Amino acid sequence: MSPNPRRLVPDLVILAAAVGLFFVFPYDLAFLTRILIMVVFVLSLDLVLGYAGIATLGHAAMYGTGAYAAGLFAIHVSADPLLGLAAGAVAGAAIAAVSGLIMMRAHGLTLLMLSIAVAQVLQEVANKARPVTGGADGLRGIRMEPVLGIWEFDFIGRTGYWYAFTVMALVLVMLKVVVASPFGLSARGIHESPARMRAIGTPVYARLVAIYTLAGGIAGVAGALAAQVTSLVSLEVYSFEHSAEAVIMLVLGGTGRLYGAVLGVALFMTVEHLAAAVDPFNWLFIIGALVLGVVFFVPAGLMGVPGALARLGRGR
Amino acid sequence: MLSLGGVTAGYGETRVLEDLTLSFAEGERLAIIGRNGMGKTTTLATMMGLTRLHSGAVRLRGADISRLPPHRRQASGLGIVPQTRDIFPSLSVEENLLAGQTRGGGTLAEAYALFPRLRERRRNGGALLSGGEQQMLAIARTLMGRPEVLLLDEPLEGLAPVICQMLMDVFERLSAEGRTIVLVEQHAELALRFADRAVILDTGRIVHEGRAADVLADPALLDRHVGVGLDV
Repeated sequence: MSPNPRRLVPDLVILAAAVGLFFVFPYDLAFLTRILIMVVFVLSLDLVLGYAGIATLGHAAMYGTGAYAAGLFAIHVSADPLLGLAAGAVAGAAIAAVSGLIMMRAHGLTLLMLSIAVAQVLQEVANKARPVTGGADGLRGIRMEPVLGIWEFDFIGRTGYWYAFTVMALVLVMLKVVVASPFGLSARGIHESPARMRAIGTPVYARLVAIYTLAGGIAGVAGALAAQVTSLVSLEVYSFEHSAEAVIMLVLGGTGRLYGAVLGVALFMTVEHLAAAVDPFNWLFIIGALVLGVVFFVPAGLMGVPGALARLGRGR
Repeated sequence: MLSLGGVTAGYGETRVLEDLTLSFAEGERLAIIGRNGMGKTTTLATMMGLTRLHSGAVRLRGADISRLPPHRRQASGLGIVPQTRDIFPSLSVEENLLAGQTRGGGTLAEAYALFPRLRERRRNGGALLSGGEQQMLAIARTLMGRPEVLLLDEPLEGLAPVICQMLMDVFERLSAEGRTIVLVEQHAELALRFADRAVILDTGRIVHEGRAADVLADPALLDRHVGVGLDV
């Protein structure tokens, strides 16, 4: 495939936005960092749900495991952030590989229920393992060393912001390569028709487990980032709401497009942030209306807006 | 090369092939003809592991592959071009080809050399291709797995005569490269002119097997079992 400079435009826009937001909202960096971490998480969900068509409402299983793994790693082994990220990735991938061996044999509602069950089981395990995880009080005492031995995590969150942005950018670039590779294209083929992929010689089950494992590793990285930046891991990392919100963000942005994850997370979390500030009790109403509007008017999500406008312009 | 020994196979409990025994040698061109619903597609699907095998054995180079899943058979050297073409409509031509690429398999350059039309249309979505282009893509995608045995299920169905002839030329070329080709086709004359040997199926059983040229020279046999006569 010949390189096309136009393909870099969205990446340059994201970079420009990151630089701009850093200077325009210097005291909201913690919130912006949460957005970046969530983007990594939703990107991994996009690989699973958007590309491979694996229905899941339990993606927090890998995120949470990555968060606990990175937190425990920082406390007991090494406080180096990059090693912690690796620990989170390995832990997330391991949970995905083990649960995926069972889950990828299921379809539809059964798969959905299994995905929720895995996250709930892990949440309860974390709750019961109080001496290790801190149980309902959360895992505390995470103190990270400077990134690459140079940049210390500061109170305002400048280091955390650029650290999270760099990881997000690397994940995005890696996923762009993956989804354009035969491996990634086979995921889309499986999404469209597993039977067709079997007929052309693709080991569908093994491929789904591999995709789920890769996505689990990325979700683990997101969880590890969250643990390192906030210095806390609570049971909420495994919550059903966390998984469900990630799905809503992806649907808002547009599934199977990668950049949809970026747009969906940014829109959802910004609206949530602003709406919750205006009305702390009824802000979910606004989110609900937003989701309804997008699903009704642009089923392809925000990424489908240009196409929808073009069709409107042509009078179709 | 590949053999079916006493194979009874079908879909679920439904049996389409009954005690079918068939074999062919490396580099051979075999035509399987017969009326609709006689088991031609099921024969190819059984070779590829896409049906339920009730009894009998499928052997490749003497090794029993009856229990191997389709992707293992593909890795062993089999490749099928399904009758329904099965193009992924949301993927571009190039993406469709890459989706079928296996480790050590064919390349885009090889696919485009065989079908220059696909190079011109490489950025187009699968849904926007003509029937002929879809068939070229289906064949090229299967070749991305570098099959030694190519199973072609009615590749000429619904195509213009000029496209049919172009595809037959491609099959000649693939055969000249040493591939074994099994051609299931309603266009009996084209298939029989191409093949070395022909098999006629009727209700899941072989009712005639012999040299393709002999079958072609026997209109009564064709009329009895194929019914469509020589329509090309």
